[in-house]
Amino acid sequence: MLLSVENLSVAIGPVEPLSGLSLALDRGEILGLVGESGSGKSLTALAVTGLLPLIGGRVSSGSVSFDGVDLCRLPEADLRGYRGRRIAFVTQNPMTALDPIQRIGDQVDVVARLHLGLGKAAARARTVDLLASLRIPEAAAICDAFPHQLSGGMKQRIVIAMALAGDPDLIIADEPTTALDVTVQAQIIHLLGQLARDRGLGLLLITHDMGVVAQVCDKVAVLYAGRLAETREVGQLFAAPAHPYTRALIGCIPREGMAPGSLSGIPGAVPSVATYPGGCRFHPRCPRAAEPCRAAPPPFAARPGGGMLACHFPLEPADA
Amino acid sequence: MPGFLIRRVLLLLPVFLAVSVVIFLILHLIPGDPVDNLVKVGTPAAKRAEITARYGLDRPLVVQYGIWLWAVMHGDLGTSIVTHRPVASLIGQALPHSLALGGAALAFSSALGILLGVVAAAWRDRWPDQIIMGGVLVGSTLPSFWLGLLLILAFAVQLGWFPVSGARGWDSLILPVLTIGLGGTALVARVTRVAMIEAGGRDFVMLLHAKGLPPGRIRLRHVLRHALIPVVTILALRIGWILGGAVTVEYVFARPGLGSTLIKGLNQHDYPVVQACLLMLAVAVMLGTLLGDVVQALMDPRVRGALG
Amino acid sequence: MSLRRTLGPVRSALATRKGALAGLWLALVVVVAVLAPLLTPYAYDIQSLPDAFRPPAATHWLGTDEFGRDLLTRIIYGARTSLSVSVVSIAVSVLAGMILGAAAGYFGGRLDQAVTVVVDLTWSFPEILVALILVAIIGPGVTGTMVAIGVAYLAQFTRLTRAQIMTIRSETYIEAARSLGASDGFILARHLLPNALGPVLIAGMLATGDAIILEATLGFFGLGAQPPLPSWGAMMSSGSGLLFKAPWIILFPGLAVATTVIAINLFGDALIHALDIKTRLREA
Repeated sequence: MLLSVENLSVAIGPVEPLSGLSLALDRGEILGLVGESGSGKSLTALAVTGLLPLIGGRVSSGSVSFDGVDLCRLPEADLRGYRGRRIAFVTQNPMTALDPIQRIGDQVDVVARLHLGLGKAAARARTVDLLASLRIPEAAAICDAFPHQLSGGMKQRIVIAMALAGDPDLIIADEPTTALDVTVQAQIIHLLGQLARDRGLGLLLITHDMGVVAQVCDKVAVLYAGRLAETREVGQLFAAPAHPYTRALIGCIPREGMAPGSLSGIPGAVPSVATYPGGCRFHPRCPRAAEPCRAAPPPFAARPGGGMLACHFPLEPADA
Repeated sequence: MPGFLIRRVLLLLPVFLAVSVVIFLILHLIPGDPVDNLVKVGTPAAKRAEITARYGLDRPLVVQYGIWLWAVMHGDLGTSIVTHRPVASLIGQALPHSLALGGAALAFSSALGILLGVVAAAWRDRWPDQIIMGGVLVGSTLPSFWLGLLLILAFAVQLGWFPVSGARGWDSLILPVLTIGLGGTALVARVTRVAMIEAGGRDFVMLLHAKGLPPGRIRLRHVLRHALIPVVTILALRIGWILGGAVTVEYVFARPGLGSTLIKGLNQHDYPVVQACLLMLAVAVMLGTLLGDVVQALMDPRVRGALG
Repeated sequence: MSLRRTLGPVRSALATRKGALAGLWLALVVVVAVLAPLLTPYAYDIQSLPDAFRPPAATHWLGTDEFGRDLLTRIIYGARTSLSVSVVSIAVSVLAGMILGAAAGYFGGRLDQAVTVVVDLTWSFPEILVALILVAIIGPGVTGTMVAIGVAYLAQFTRLTRAQIMTIRSETYIEAARSLGASDGFILARHLLPNALGPVLIAGMLATGDAIILEATLGFFGLGAQPPLPSWGAMMSSGSGLLFKAPWIILFPGLAVATTVIAINLFGDALIHALDIKTRLREA
């Protein structure tokens, strides 16, 4: 297993916005991590890359094992050797992800120079090749440009190029398309999917968009209010969601041939960390909620049909 | 860039004209006949008539302003009432001293202020930050003339390390520079700290960490470069403020310079000298803002891009 | 602004350690200044040459000046001059700045352009220069100092008010009020100015600290309050020539200025925290 997250909890000060998260991802595999904003998706990305201290957070329990090494126990200096080299990060908003006063080329070069020990010229040659392979026109000229001179989609390609520059085994993409135009979104998702397959990379794709998951992911983990609701293989999940929340999320995707007005939202909103309800955190919004849901959180356990689930009253395939 | 420079200088012209009108009007706003403000008491009528003719005091205000501005543009700043010397030569003597003091104070406060601001931001809300910000508060609230006097008392009188006053050697510059510089340092440190914290919280910094760059390098090569943009802007806007500090400090240390010339002129009602000093200081302020804009454009490719 | 809305932030500012200390000191300075005649055993203006240049001792806690006048007495009376000059001139400046800024921000157009040009012009000049120009015109003394301080800080308050008004002007609830037929005056007085008041008052408070320094500086140059009226700046001015002979003459008035200004800044910071308006102050 390339990445194996076991029972991970994240604390920021006195609160615990993410509890008991477990994920597994292998090379060449694409895992979608889905949830509404505030569900703890981005914290997962920061926890895996060891960047939680930047936002004042820390891993309070559990482990993140990468290629057999527990990253949580690694000193910061060693962890830095992983970041950008073996684990790369594609951030949410390409508009703000690049340093606005540094040239594009230099921002990509630095990864190879830092991690692969390449000289100035060799790193630049590598950058130009990389940009060209991502179908960025006039790669050499782009290297001399500043971020504000590029379009959003182009900037996200640059961010992806930076991610690839260290020749990583794992790419974590945190909502890589939310800030982009709809037409560009599809291109970027497609590009990421293709890279994972062609290069045999593990890709952890964090998104709130079930449609994106359906397009490229192999497996999916659904996060609600800091806890996992369900993890399954993608085909099964869409065919027969077992958690009411998952079904509600799928219900939010518009489909061809839908009757007007049948697109359903989910009543209510994700609670904030301070107001997490007791018991199953989804129960105030759940149509199937009953007394046990209020009393105790359901255990996150393996399911006979495959995958893991945390629900007292799971949906049967017939219900979906 | 040359186009930008020309445009910025052209923008300064109306400002310069407005300031020059105010400074010109000083002579007319003071109670009494302007000619009385240009001559000593008991000056013979012939001399008064000569002055009246020279400045066109019997002609409309607009014409007087024209005459005055024309003369100023040609380096004729009038004649000092008290010393009977051309004001231009007085200014010429004072200016290098003020430039040396202002330049040294600016360099001192930028260097120390940026250093303190970076340290304070790096240890935000911990003891180094609290000590620095406490010092900054004290530094920005002490009247500079009082600080100057205390420094004289301590270092020149008690310890005898530096001369008490004057501008004979380089060592006479140290105490005045410290006096102005402490206030300037406080300002720069405060701005740098806020700018470092603000720039350090931007998205791209997170990605720099994700690329595996060492934190020290991120802070100094990336965050600081961003933080310096507002710092330079504030510094340029506040060049006048530092010159203003120079006015008081020159007076305290009895250093020759624009400030001490100005104060002396004010106390002696030597209005041509007052006008010339104010005009010089105003020009310095304007050049400061211009310099700030240029440096900002050089530092920020987005601004450069917008300029075409 | 209702009494409760004013007192709430002041109370929470006083609840912090720094705020309480600063508030206490300011209250002390004000009370002592007001009660000056009751508290001081000496007259501030009666000279007694045999007592000149006495260092601090039991009879004269802070020593005497070159004319044998009790320094503590003069500092207390000096507080009256320095504080009243600064507070009054800043208060007038805040009022004028709010009117100018509100008019410019609300009505826009030519008026706004004119105000902005003048304000930007004075804003880029150091206050001390603006003040010196004005004192040059009006002549030295308390009046000149007050006008100089008032005008020197006018730009700051106008800018701040204008910026506040501009940000709220286009809010939906203002549109709504207008569409319901509210007059410009009503909207300004009822909606816009109350919102701008907090930041401008804080800025005014912090500027009072700067004004005390400016007043002292003008006094030091001999351009402020004229003798025998004591002011902190004027006392240091006469003391500067006697630096070596009687350093306490400049030391204590300066300490009075410094502690008062630091207290004003600390209390202002605590208020900013309590009101949570840091960002709004920075915007302007």
